[in-house]
Amino acid sequence: MSTILSVQDLAVTFDVRPRGAWPWSSPLKLHAVGDVSFDLAAGECLGVVGESGSGKSTLARAIVGTVPSSHGKILFEGHDLAAMNVSQRRVHRKDVQMIFQDPLAALNPRMPVGDIIAEPLITHAPQTPRAEVKRRVAELMERVGLLPNLINRYPHEFSGGQCQRIGIARALILQPKLVICDEPVSALDVSVQAQVVNLLRELQRDMGLSMIFIAHDLSVVKHVSDRIVVMYLGRLMEQATARRLTTDPRHPYTQALISSVPIPDPVLEKTRRRPVLEGELPSPLAPPSGCVFRTRCPRVQPDCAGARPAMVDLGDGHGVACPHQVPMEAIAPA
Amino acid sequence: MRLLEINDLTVTFQTGDGEVNAVNGVSLGIDAGETLAIVGESGSGKSQTAFAAMGLLARNGAARGEVLFDGQNLLTLPQKALNKVRSTQISMIFQDPMTSLNPYMRISDQMAEVLMLHKGMSKRQAVTEAAQMLDAVRIPDARARITMYPHEFSGGMRQRIMIAMALLCKPRLLIADEPTTALDVTVQAQIMQLLGEIRRDFGTAVILITHDLGVVAGFCDRTLVMYGGQVMEEGTTEQVFAAPSHPYTQGLLSAVPRIDRDDDELATIAGEPPDMSHLPAGCPFSPRCDVVRPECPGQRPPLLAFGAGRRRACHQPWTEEA
Repeated sequence: MSTILSVQDLAVTFDVRPRGAWPWSSPLKLHAVGDVSFDLAAGECLGVVGESGSGKSTLARAIVGTVPSSHGKILFEGHDLAAMNVSQRRVHRKDVQMIFQDPLAALNPRMPVGDIIAEPLITHAPQTPRAEVKRRVAELMERVGLLPNLINRYPHEFSGGQCQRIGIARALILQPKLVICDEPVSALDVSVQAQVVNLLRELQRDMGLSMIFIAHDLSVVKHVSDRIVVMYLGRLMEQATARRLTTDPRHPYTQALISSVPIPDPVLEKTRRRPVLEGELPSPLAPPSGCVFRTRCPRVQPDCAGARPAMVDLGDGHGVACPHQVPMEAIAPA
Repeated sequence: MRLLEINDLTVTFQTGDGEVNAVNGVSLGIDAGETLAIVGESGSGKSQTAFAAMGLLARNGAARGEVLFDGQNLLTLPQKALNKVRSTQISMIFQDPMTSLNPYMRISDQMAEVLMLHKGMSKRQAVTEAAQMLDAVRIPDARARITMYPHEFSGGMRQRIMIAMALLCKPRLLIADEPTTALDVTVQAQIMQLLGEIRRDFGTAVILITHDLGVVAGFCDRTLVMYGGQVMEEGTTEQVFAAPSHPYTQGLLSAVPRIDRDDDELATIAGEPPDMSHLPAGCPFSPRCDVVRPECPGQRPPLLAFGAGRRRACHQPWTEEA
């Protein structure tokens, strides 16, 4: 399988000025994403999980190009997007599309849905005949499960799940190669969430899309993704196939995350061991030295404060950024 | 006598689009020291049931029915007596702690206010007591941090403060409305563990209102499932999860992706959540139900007792597998 996207040592920092600081004082650096590297194969779905503040959305935005990266490469089909200026980037824009979290907020309330879905096509291929645009909009609406006769309705007339379908149709009309979904189902109810998750998977398979699926809900990510990367405070902690990551997590953070995910089964839930993670996320303005997770890690060692731990390759694409990794059973046998 | 008993509660809102029935004839009860989950999706009326019981409905809302707390009907109680019950007997915590804490007041002042008003303590006594309560919900360095403002705390810490505040008067019933929905999973685990300890240490009965079936499974003795403002079924959490008797509960449980399972395709419930201003006369779930019968859309199924203390509202016969 060929690699469609290769992110290498990507870093995103923001300048922030604390309130009340002198205007001539130098701004503080907020490290939202640091040293993130991963590859995405064509037709693959990569899940990105992490809690709020882990930098997963910033990562998505950096790949799409709505926030500038401060270091590293974003190779999309071999072209480094990070090094391009706006007009060079525009050529690749249509190949990378995004689906957002809040379906209603992502749609212009004053445009009928037909126009919303057609807008990317009209922007990127203005020479397309009107009839052709209309045909493709109707076709896509049907594909995502919307009745084409709703084409002149406005977003507020739709439910949350339907709005997300509109967002999906808009992202797909340019026939992108890569779709980035940022928390696409977290605003939806469980029964509707399942519909949208199934739709995304089906579209991804049928259209051969490569996908980056960002969410905080590990159960959903596991269900959708082929491979998962786990982020904490802007850095990659672990990456593996979805199955391997959820059944044999090695990083202490991934282990804590997985054991925190509630399972809807009262019998199982009462017998589960649950190493509750203490403390709070450290400030990204002053991330801990060495391993960023060491301040909350249950298995912290003196050397964790030293150098940033490198990804240890465990084979089969399973990487862990922890030199002290052990299987979960070794810590607390079931 | 049950600690709280709700009989045939109906909540109606007057809106621009006419009358909307958010809750339609809900009956439920909870005993002292028990935990009850009210599960439902958005618009199921789970929160409005609690708000109506506490007399917290929006101005355009009206509640009918009976809410008996210790035998007193809260719906007809004069404001002053109701305030007494709400302060010392029942407490409530909400989804978003930032909007329930006053951003302009120090934590110490917000917490002391409760004790000074309801327990007649002096300011000094009240702040000491408040700091002890913050200790109990494990806020590190409580004595120093009590003088901070809400924005200086993280989301998880704010929710701990809300819990501490709700417990100040040692209530007998705590209503938690989506207490962990705005929080990350690891923080959610911390908060649910804390609520479990509080329940053990103080013997508080807890009503947990949530859409998250996973949280319910780990925490509640009994589960009540709501849809379209009505109770679909009720039973012990083990019964409801192991053998859901209502088509809605069955659909809901199989639509949740589980981290411990590899299912290729998620089961779905077809259709969209109900429009509360145009509910069918019969079962609200009938437009989405797989096993819908001719009488379902027109005739509302009664909530009937069956099995070992369970209740369900469905025309479709169901027998518990032995």
